[in-house]
Amino acid sequence: MGERRVWVWTETAGDTPHRLSLELLTPARALGRAEAVLLGPAGESALQKLAEHGATIIHHADDPRYTQYLVEPQVATLSALIEAERPDLLLFPSTPGARDVLARLVGRLGVGAIANAVAVDYDPSGRLLATVPCGAETLATVTLEGPPPYLVQIRPKAYAAEAVGGEAEVRMVSVPLDEANCRVRVIETVEQPAAGPNLEDANVIVAGGRGLGRPENFRLLEELANALGGAVGASRAVVDAGWVPYSYQVGQTGRTVKPTLYIACGISGAIQHVAGMRGSRYVIAINRDPDAPIFELADLGVVGDVLTIVPKLTERIAAR
Amino acid sequence: MKICVCVKHVPDPNLPVQVDPATRRLIRDPKQSIIDPADEYGVETALRLVEEHGGEVVAVTMGPPAAEDALRRAMAMGADRAILVSDEALAGSDVLGTARALAAAIRPEQPDLVICATESTDAYTGLLPGALAGLLDLPQLTFARAVSVEGSTVTVQRATETGYQVIQATLPALVTVTASVGEPRYPSFKGLMAAKRKPIEVRDIAELGLEQHTVGEPGARERVLEISAVRQVKQGRIVVDDGTGESVEEILAFLRSIQVV
Repeated sequence: MGERRVWVWTETAGDTPHRLSLELLTPARALGRAEAVLLGPAGESALQKLAEHGATIIHHADDPRYTQYLVEPQVATLSALIEAERPDLLLFPSTPGARDVLARLVGRLGVGAIANAVAVDYDPSGRLLATVPCGAETLATVTLEGPPPYLVQIRPKAYAAEAVGGEAEVRMVSVPLDEANCRVRVIETVEQPAAGPNLEDANVIVAGGRGLGRPENFRLLEELANALGGAVGASRAVVDAGWVPYSYQVGQTGRTVKPTLYIACGISGAIQHVAGMRGSRYVIAINRDPDAPIFELADLGVVGDVLTIVPKLTERIAAR
Repeated sequence: MKICVCVKHVPDPNLPVQVDPATRRLIRDPKQSIIDPADEYGVETALRLVEEHGGEVVAVTMGPPAAEDALRRAMAMGADRAILVSDEALAGSDVLGTARALAAAIRPEQPDLVICATESTDAYTGLLPGALAGLLDLPQLTFARAVSVEGSTVTVQRATETGYQVIQATLPALVTVTASVGEPRYPSFKGLMAAKRKPIEVRDIAELGLEQHTVGEPGARERVLEISAVRQVKQGRIVVDDGTGESVEEILAFLRSIQVV
């Protein structure tokens, strides 16, 4: 049995590979020979970056139709590549584009897949092991059976991207693209940059939930975040209620964050939310309900009214 | 137009998740289960499209007999009829088995549109819609924050990490919707009464032409080997705000101790 072949699916973001795909090259290197798959136009620097992070082979096609038409061209070519090359494991980042491709592959190839993994490994007998959070308080160890390839989607920040240096062989993919697979056409792409620091990169996050009472009160969190040089996040409840845009959402279905400090204001600590902020180094929770589950995660818990405490705190910090 | 909308009967998301240590499956108490709130957006989208263009909305689910509740709720909102895929042989299905069963139920309906939520609130893998689109060989238009149909063209505003894309395909197609498509209607009393009389067709795997080894526990590729608790309770300091501002000083002292200020 030769070396395991582990493929990392990637898309580009601007002129670099998606940062979450770079993270996945770390476990790919640890588990076997790391290879990247990048279908769609990409500059020399993007390919270089994949090599730097440990990809030894890059399966690449520069046909613009891979990005002009969604999902199906990718899936058709990837299916053909898998058939021809027989990789053991394919790792997908937690991005909307990766999920679309992964999910359709499951139906087209009739293979097993695991989503939301926070770790992936093989046991000594060669059995795949993936760790998947299930609820806030339990982890499941899951495997896939039947013939490979196995498909695993990994949560953000489960692994750190490592620039290890190195060269990659770029193999141009020769699978012809069938027009019949060009069915979902991209008419327009609109970028809506979020204001303030990016949640994923922020050192301090001030997040709000239902306990703020009204959408206007988010202003208080923005002022505190400004004073601390941080970003503002939110629970799913208030995003669903339309108080703030989806880009604010921290949780299972939103962003996964690991700031130095997370200040949870009027957030009860539902499973959905905790899954996205559990990795925070320090947590301060302010909530009126002394039984709120968020206090179990807090280094400092304040039982009280967030609407009076937060402005006082902002004032004291700003006055320094 | 005919729209099939997939719904799921899930444990009330406001209650803690419980896993059966013996079967390693989620404990699904039908008495504490409801239609997945995420699916109500799919039902709402289907109803609005049919109100505009005419046609029929068929709610489809897979689950035990109690999953009928989710279908009744969809019909109370306005869906015309429903299909319940139910068979003990389907217990333990993974995403592929579930997609196969739903595809077998939806295929003979020949819908113009299949609508799903982006992901379920209980398992949240989000893989089912894409797998279903693959099996039905339908174009998939995902993460919709708006959906419109004109003639035989469906147009979707697809949410991305940094904004959105406008994407288009020719019907038939599968669409997944987010909570941004619009607030789901609350069933009226009349709707609730009417839903009791609307038909639900129940299909087992024999009627769907599915072979046992492709679905349920035998067909599942994904196996849960172990469940472990990671409940971490930090022994943090808890202070009660008494209105004197003392708790603000506590927070400041903490911020200094971790060198954030």
